[in-house]
Amino acid sequence: MREKILTFIEKNSRIDLKELAIILGVDEAAVMNELEAMEEEHIICGYPTLIDWDKAGIEKVTALIEVRVTPQRDMGFDKVAEHIYRYPEVNSVYLISGGFDFMVTIEGKTLREVSQFVSDKLSTVDTVLSTKTNFILKKYKDHGTVMAAPVKDERIMMA
Amino acid sequence: MRDPLSKVIKTIQPSGIRKFFDIVSEMPDAISLGVGEPDFDTPWNIRDEGIHSLEMGKTFYTSNAGLKELKIEIGRFLERRYQLQYDYDKEILVTVGGSEAIDIAMRSMLDPGDEVLIPQPSYVSYVPCAILANGKPIMIELKAENEFRLTAGQLEAAITPRTKLLVLPYPNNPTGAVMEKKDLEAVAEIVRKYDLFVLSDEIYSELTYLEHHTSIASLPGMRERTIVINGFSKAHAMTGWRLGYACGPEAIINQMTKIHQFAIMCAPTTSQYAAVVAMRDCDKDVASMRAEYNVRRKYLLHRFREMGLDCFEPFGAFYVFPCIREFGMTSDEFATDLLKAKKVAVVPGTAFGESGEGFIRISYAYSLDALRVALSRIEEYITQLRNSG
Repeated sequence: MREKILTFIEKNSRIDLKELAIILGVDEAAVMNELEAMEEEHIICGYPTLIDWDKAGIEKVTALIEVRVTPQRDMGFDKVAEHIYRYPEVNSVYLISGGFDFMVTIEGKTLREVSQFVSDKLSTVDTVLSTKTNFILKKYKDHGTVMAAPVKDERIMMA
Repeated sequence: MRDPLSKVIKTIQPSGIRKFFDIVSEMPDAISLGVGEPDFDTPWNIRDEGIHSLEMGKTFYTSNAGLKELKIEIGRFLERRYQLQYDYDKEILVTVGGSEAIDIAMRSMLDPGDEVLIPQPSYVSYVPCAILANGKPIMIELKAENEFRLTAGQLEAAITPRTKLLVLPYPNNPTGAVMEKKDLEAVAEIVRKYDLFVLSDEIYSELTYLEHHTSIASLPGMRERTIVINGFSKAHAMTGWRLGYACGPEAIINQMTKIHQFAIMCAPTTSQYAAVVAMRDCDKDVASMRAEYNVRRKYLLHRFREMGLDCFEPFGAFYVFPCIREFGMTSDEFATDLLKAKKVAVVPGTAFGESGEGFIRISYAYSLDALRVALSRIEEYITQLRNSG
């Protein structure tokens, strides 16, 4: 049941508990208990909201930064990651395979703000060897949701 | 100038759905719950194979009866899913949708005056196809108290010395009804007793939510007298690809192939190549669509119960068939009024036969979000009716 609950709320965290219970064919209390348990266990880590800031007319810039580091002796990557993720401007830190070690996303009000953060705070970290900054120009799809214009139903209405 | 039209064609009634379609089209902001096709796109791997076949230049006719590879996969699919065994070479015909298969099956099997038993409410094509094939359609009125399943008693009561063919459309459009194995066994007994033939339209066979679908052709003594019709439209969301198939005894399939040869040549080649992937590799995709439909089905039924709208639980296809008799209007009146008042379009049950009077068909080939909105409008409407009534 956990997997089913998670699959539903991943796309729609605001789903009515009653509706979820109907869909799963269990009673509401059971769903609520599962949700609480998963929150405690940090399986469910939060319920952020997906926002199209452009449409809201509020300026936000997001950058995807590839970071190469030398992991310190006895520290490995975890300590370096922690150093980076403690900054509130940092939205996400991933350890990735391939040419670079970390993929970091940073959000700021302007291009300049983000670039400044990278040069002042990120590149200066001891263990950081090099960074490559990519700015997101347009979000087409995010977290499984298409941000572009809604798809029109083209089917014959009565058949 | 003479009348160019045949007498027969003029006797055939236009589709009851058509009238509503015209009205609904005038209201672009109406929510329609009247579609008859899946809201899913054809699974990507199927589309990819279709595209690939075009890139490879596979644009010629295939054999009349269909691509060999496809027929083999159809055979395997039917065996795997329904324990049906058909010789791909002699007993399977690939058609332009289940629609063509219905048409040519009747044309192959009916002589003037032969009676065709058609349970209703059911899909609009059976009656016109029977008439065009010189058959005489005899309607059997299915009943809500039987969950719109065909009973042996009803069947036997409709049989005359001229009865030749029984159309068995399950899982059913518009009611969503299914025939479980025990129901089919009862019908099969009568079919065998009176030496009838069965046209089993199983196009919704992959969309069942209670028991796994049973084909009447898998029952003893039925294979030799049944034409099984199925396809890719509903299960694999391939409505626009126009592809289906018929399976049955060689003698009948042979003759159907003959008509198909003359009238169609072969089913669309691109669709056939794509369908090989559908048969071979898509059980999982179908299962996930089925699971999604089931979620919506349960949601709809729960909401009907909350609203106090009378509806039996359908276990097949993607339709529900609630009863609206309590409001003292005909299906037509109810549907028209609902559309005017709340801009929600449903299909009046009478579009599927007189026995659909007092019912409406609601399709759940829509997202939960869309259904939620439509249902709350329907709830508002019936609350108003109850308060003013």
